[in-house]
Parts: sequence; structure tokens; C-alpha cells
Amino acid sequence: MNGKQREKIEKDRTKSLKELGGFSLWRYLWRLLTSMRTALILLMLVGVASIPGSIIPQRSQNPFEVSDFFDRNPAISPWLDRFYFFDVFGSPWFSSIYVLLFISLIGCVIPRLNEYLRAIFEKPSPPPQSLQLMKGFQSFDSDSIGADKVLILSWLKKKGFRTAEFDGSITAEKGYLKESGNLIFHFAMIFILIGIAVSSIFGMRGDSIVNVGERFQNTPTSYDSMIPGRFYSVESLQPFQIKVDSFLAEYDPLTNQALNYELEVRVREELDSSEEEKVVRVNEPLTFGATRVFLQATGYSPQVTVRDGAGEVTFKGAVAFLPQDPNLTSAGAIKVPDMEPPIGFVGSFIPTAARDEVRGAFSSYPEVLDPRLLLAVWQGDLGMDDGKPQSIYRLDIENMERIGLKALRLGESYDFKVGSITFDGYLPWVNLQIIHDPGKKIALFGGLFALIGALGMLFIHRRRIWIRFSEENSVQLIDVAGFSSSNEELLLRELREFQEFLTLKKGES
Amino acid sequence: MDSKSLAYLSNNFIYSALAVFAIAFLLHAVETAWSVKSGEKRELDRSRTEKLARSATGLIILGNLIVAAALITRGASASRIPVANMYEFSITGAFIFTTAYLIALKKYNLRWLGILVAGLTLLTLGTAITLLYVESAPLVPALKSPWLLIHVATAIISGGIFLLANSLAAAFLVLEKMERNGVRSSWAHRLPSLDALDQLTYRLIALVFPIWTFSIIAGAIWAEAAWGRYWGWDPKETWAFITWVAYAAYLHARVTAGWKGRKAAWLCLIAGSTFLFNYVYVNIWGTGKHTYSGL
Ligand code: HEM
Repeated sequence: MNGKQREKIEKDRTKSLKELGGFSLWRYLWRLLTSMRTALILLMLVGVASIPGSIIPQRSQNPFEVSDFFDRNPAISPWLDRFYFFDVFGSPWFSSIYVLLFISLIGCVIPRLNEYLRAIFEKPSPPPQSLQLMKGFQSFDSDSIGADKVLILSWLKKKGFRTAEFDGSITAEKGYLKESGNLIFHFAMIFILIGIAVSSIFGMRGDSIVNVGERFQNTPTSYDSMIPGRFYSVESLQPFQIKVDSFLAEYDPLTNQALNYELEVRVREELDSSEEEKVVRVNEPLTFGATRVFLQATGYSPQVTVRDGAGEVTFKGAVAFLPQDPNLTSAGAIKVPDMEPPIGFVGSFIPTAARDEVRGAFSSYPEVLDPRLLLAVWQGDLGMDDGKPQSIYRLDIENMERIGLKALRLGESYDFKVGSITFDGYLPWVNLQIIHDPGKKIALFGGLFALIGALGMLFIHRRRIWIRFSEENSVQLIDVAGFSSSNEELLLRELREFQEFLTLKKGES
Repeated sequence: MDSKSLAYLSNNFIYSALAVFAIAFLLHAVETAWSVKSGEKRELDRSRTEKLARSATGLIILGNLIVAAALITRGASASRIPVANMYEFSITGAFIFTTAYLIALKKYNLRWLGILVAGLTLLTLGTAITLLYVESAPLVPALKSPWLLIHVATAIISGGIFLLANSLAAAFLVLEKMERNGVRSSWAHRLPSLDALDQLTYRLIALVFPIWTFSIIAGAIWAEAAWGRYWGWDPKETWAFITWVAYAAYLHARVTAGWKGRKAAWLCLIAGSTFLFNYVYVNIWGTGKHTYSGL
């Protein structure tokens, strides 16, 4: 069937349905939704609808940029937000386009399964009346012909044509797998969409910052942040354990660019299983069934000891700071609620200290060669009791007062009257990203089948050769012509081959 | 040879290739103009310029070999394949584009397209070495993966073929306008029929669509290994998807809705511009995980 015919059939179908009215409205809408034109429009709409998501910052990717955008465009941002422009790919309008496309695809592909299967197994149909109007038409008389019907049929079979004999004519057809490819491709689309849906409904992703030497236990409380799918249950977390033994980061001394990251861990699959040593790299995650653990980022945790005025230790430990630049200048906060009044430090960790007029103190290399810990000491209400969620990397200084400022070298202490702080050392940390993605395999297989299907539907070409035998003034005539909707060049080449075969004298072949 | 002098050599190859393509462009321009006889009838006589046209093709082959040498030395200087940043992406893409043209030239009578091919290659290489140039360097950890080769190489191959298909679609639109207004200008007489151009564009898109599909799948597999998600609607991914959808729509419109000729050519150009947008805008001004592999 060509495009025109198909279109006409669809028009007729929708027209006759319109006349039915009433109860059939739903059927009409269904037909409309699953028509080729609607599918095509939906397909283009998905493309157009994803454009704003690539131009306006998205919460799912970069929440900081979104707040930046709000600050810079205070007038339109709330409106954009109302229409989900900061969450385009999770927005109702984007989802509805893709759900409609999904339904449209199912609605038109599944009923077509029958049609396709019939097309694949069906015998070729008889030649059209006026062969001379078709491609590559040529007429031969018996004098120039060296083959009879039997020979012709066997030649066509040998070339892989499927043949059907009619009264005085033959149709030969080839390239049936084009339809299979097409079918596979469209079904694969459905599987990709299913895979994506399964992952977002039953999946989970989360992050945890782990200092070298510490252990990550896969329980909800070990996560710094977690985004579960709608039907993900926290009880189903696999009980694996990761002990971070050592972390190696190599940098290019000329460009400061990272060359290699290597994380050595000891892993337990279950609480009582034996320990296994593993190495994690950027492109080589750990795998626990459908859950994978990725090495995502690195930074430093300065180790400090805080004492109160009487010299009693009120805090001792490593606090993760967040990198601010490629040389791992890191910023963070140390909160000591157990002092009276409470104390907080706003800090900067500089792995390799350098200084210039413009930037003040900064890091000149991502490895720790000459570390500094810059601290501002704040005293007052840390704001930790009012139940508002707080970033562990920032100090809420609204109700606090600054009482000191100091840059510490390794091992140095700073006495700020009501207490003191000592810079004991530092630990590298790694950010483990834990991702549970149960639909991944479905989507992957969908992708691979889409590829196979695409190869089939685009590289295999359906073509027909028609042969009609007739007699005119007691001279035997053979008319030959062909048809291909997708590759006429190939058809003409094969027709030429066939005609060469025909005109070979008997006995020569 | 050490890595610095290899990179230096590679740059010199690019400068030489620029010169060669510039001459090829001029030869083609002269050859196109000269093939029209002056006088009342302004007839086309290709025999007068056949030699010129052939030498222009010879120069394109030579230029392409020099670009190949530039790619090999650039790759050797960093001990990896040269597709890690936008500069390398551009020169590899230019190489694929001219190679696709030369292969198509063996099968089809496409010498008339030479002026456009030489011009676009000149433009791509020129932009690359002046605006996009970065020093040769080893890879950052996230790029160390066999998927780099698979994903990026297929993306570049797709880009080269997309460019060729879009050149044909553009030529189609120009000729179609001429024919609608009357007859073709004399220089355009040797160009193929509209129907042949239309068919060839379709064939190229049908060829490149599975390669592009594969490149996106390979990218998704790699993203899963490196970043933990196979699809994140990062701007680069989004635009790759838009290009894919646009070309799927092109194929679909042709096969099922029977679009041909002008409408199909416009759709092809729109789809092609989404690829270009991804390449230029998202690499240079965009944000997201892909930009660190760019400039
Ligand atoms: C929603 C309902 C859809 C229907 C009913 C449908 C139907 C068809 C049919 C019948 C063909 C083959 C025409 C032929 O060979 O005679 C085709 C080809 C194709 N379809 Fe679809 N399709 C749908 C959705 C999609 C989607 C969502 C995509 C991809 C994103 C897609 C991409 C393609 C491509 C690339 C071709 C190849 C055209 C060629 O052979 O050059 N289709 N489709």
C-alpha cells in the first residue's frame, strides 16, 4: 500500500465514523488518536515540547541555576514555574504528549500486526493490466527469448523472489523483511517507553558522601539525598555494605586536569556475606543486581577538634566540604550545638594555598600540598531546633554574631576566647551515587531492537517484477516491468539482470 | 617524535589542507562560470571545463588525504582517537563529509556539488583552527571509555552525512524555485533532475538514520556507565533526541504521508538545523554534562 492509498482509507474511515455520532464519539476519538497524521503530529510535538527544557535551567539537573534564574528574572519566573518550565520533562503537558504518543503508537501498531503478518505471508497479487505504464517496461518476442516459464520461475526463485503464477502471468516479489523490520522498530519504541516508565515508577536514585576509611551501609539514613520513584519502597533497599579503603586521584601537573580516579573498596552483598575487594572507576561502577553504585565526585573533609572555654572536647571529627572550583577550593560549615552558647564555623579548605591581589586566598592545585583551613567563628542561635531543613554545608547566620576570623595551617589551633579549634588533618571523600533502575534492561533491549528494526526497514527494499505471456499474430510475447516504492535503482538493476537472462539463447545458460 | 611536535605537525597539515580546499573551491567556481558560453544563447558546454572540474576533484581528494594525516598526527600526539573536543570533532566531521561526497561521486554524477563541498569544508576547517582550537591533551577520566570511540565516531559520521543530505536538499530547493519561475539558469543545466535529487536526499537520510539511532543508544549506554543514568535530558541529549525525532518525522512523512519534493526538502533542512544548533549552540553556550567535552 502506498501513502496515498493509505491516507484515503483513513479519510474514509474517519468520515464514516463521524456520521455515526453519539456513542461512537469515543471510537471516533480513538481512531483520530491512532491515525497516522496524529501520530506524526505528536511525534513532532514531543520534539518541540522538549526545546524549553534545553534552554531554561531544569530543577532535576541544576537546582542552583534555577534559583539563579529566579533571582535574575523575578517577574516571569513564577509564571514559568506555574507552567512547569523548570521541570519540563516531568510536567503534565510533556507527559501527556508522550502518553498520547504511546497510546497512539499502541493503537496503530497492534491492529497493524495482523495486516503486516498477512503481508508477510501473503502470495504476491496479479500484475496490473497496463504493464507498459510501469517501471522498466520491455517487451520481448519469442525469437529473442531463450527461457521458458519453468526456467524463468527457477531463476527468480534462485534470486530469492517469491513467485505466484496466474493465468498467463507471473508476479515475483522480494524484500518482505522490510515489513518485519518496520514492525520490530515500532514495537521497540513501545518497549523503550515502557522501560522508561518502569524506571521512573519503581526506581530510586540517591547520593551519599563517604570519607575514605568510612563505611557505607545501604539504609535510608545513610543517604544525603534520595529521590524515590512513586512506587519505590524503602524496605526493598538491598542490604549491601561498602567500606572505602583508599582513594587515588591523579592530576596533570601542567593543566591541573584530572587524569585518573581510582577507588578501592571492600564490599559485602549481604550483612553476613564475605568481604570482597573491588576497584571503582568513573566508567566502572559497582553492581548489585539492578542497583549500581557510581563514583560521582570527590572533595575533602577537614578534621578538627573543638574545645570549650574549659578545654573540654565538644566536637571531634571530619566534616565534608563542597568543592567550589576545579582546584578543589572547598566550602563548608562546622556546627557545634553542644557549646553554650552554640558555636558555628564557616570554613574554606584550600588544598594547595596560593594568594593574589584579586582573589585573596585560593587553591592552585587539586591535590593537598600545602593545606589551609580558613575559618569565621560565629556565636548564637544555629537555628537547628526550629525543624526547618538545613543545609549541612551552610551556616544560617541570621541570629548569630561573628566573633573571630583565622587561617590555620595543618596542626595549628585558634583560640577564640570562649573556646578553641584545632586543624588536625583532612580526609578525601567520594560521592557515591546509588541508582536503582529496574526498567533499564527493557529500555536497552528496546533500543537494540529499534536499531535492528531500523536497519531492516530502511535497507531492505520491497520490489516486484511482473511478467506477462501473450500471443500476437502467433508470435509469443513476454512483457516485463516492475515496481518499487523505496528503491527504483535497485529494481531497475534487477530488471536488467532478468532481461539479460531472458535474452540468453537456449543452451547458453 | 614527541607529542608537542606531533600536534604542531597536525596543525600544519590543517593549514595546508585549507590552502588546497581554497584552490579547489576557486577551480570549481571558475569551472562553473566558464562552462556557460558567453553570447546570446548562454549555452552550457561542459566539455570546455571538464579538465578543470576533474582537477578540482583531484584537489579535494588531496585535501582530504592531508586532513587524514592531520587526524592521525593529532591522535598520535595524545595517544587516543581525535574526537574529544569540538576542534577535533570539527576536523573529523569535515573529513567524513568530504569522504562521503567522494564515495557518492563514484556512484552518482555529483561533480556539480564540488563547489559547495569545497566551500563547506573550507569553512569548517577554518572555523575549527581559528575559533575552536584547543591544545592536544589526554582525556579526563569520564571520557576514558571505548564508548567514546563508538558514540562520538558514529555521531561524527552522522554529522558528515547529514551535511551532505542537507546540501542536496538545499540544491533541490534552489533548482525547484528556478523551475517554478520558468527554466533553470544555464549553469544549472548539468545538475540532476529534481526527482533524482529528492531520491538521493531520501536515500542518504535512510542511510544515516540507523547510524544516528545507534549513536544515541551508544551514548545512552555510556552515560549509564559514567554518570549513572542513561538519559537525563541534558541539553545535548535533548537536541540529539530532537534531531532524531525530526528525521523520523521526515522518513515517516515521505513514506506514509507521501510527502515529496519541496515539503520534504524543507523538513530535511529543519531537521538538519537542529543538528547544527546542537553542535554550535549547545557546545558553546549550553550548560550540562556534555559541555566539558567541548571547548
Ligand atoms: C503512532 C503510530 C505510528 C504508526 C501507525 C506508524 C506506521 C508506520 C508505517 C506503516 C511505516 C512504514 C510505511 C511503509 O513502509 O509503507 C512507518 C515507517 C516509519 N516509522 Fe512509523 N508509525 C508510527 C509511529 C512512529 C514513531 C513514534 C516513530 C519514531 C520515532 C516512527 C518512525 C518511523 C520511521 C523512521 C519509519 C521509516 C520510514 C521509511 O521506511 O523510510 N513511527 N511507520
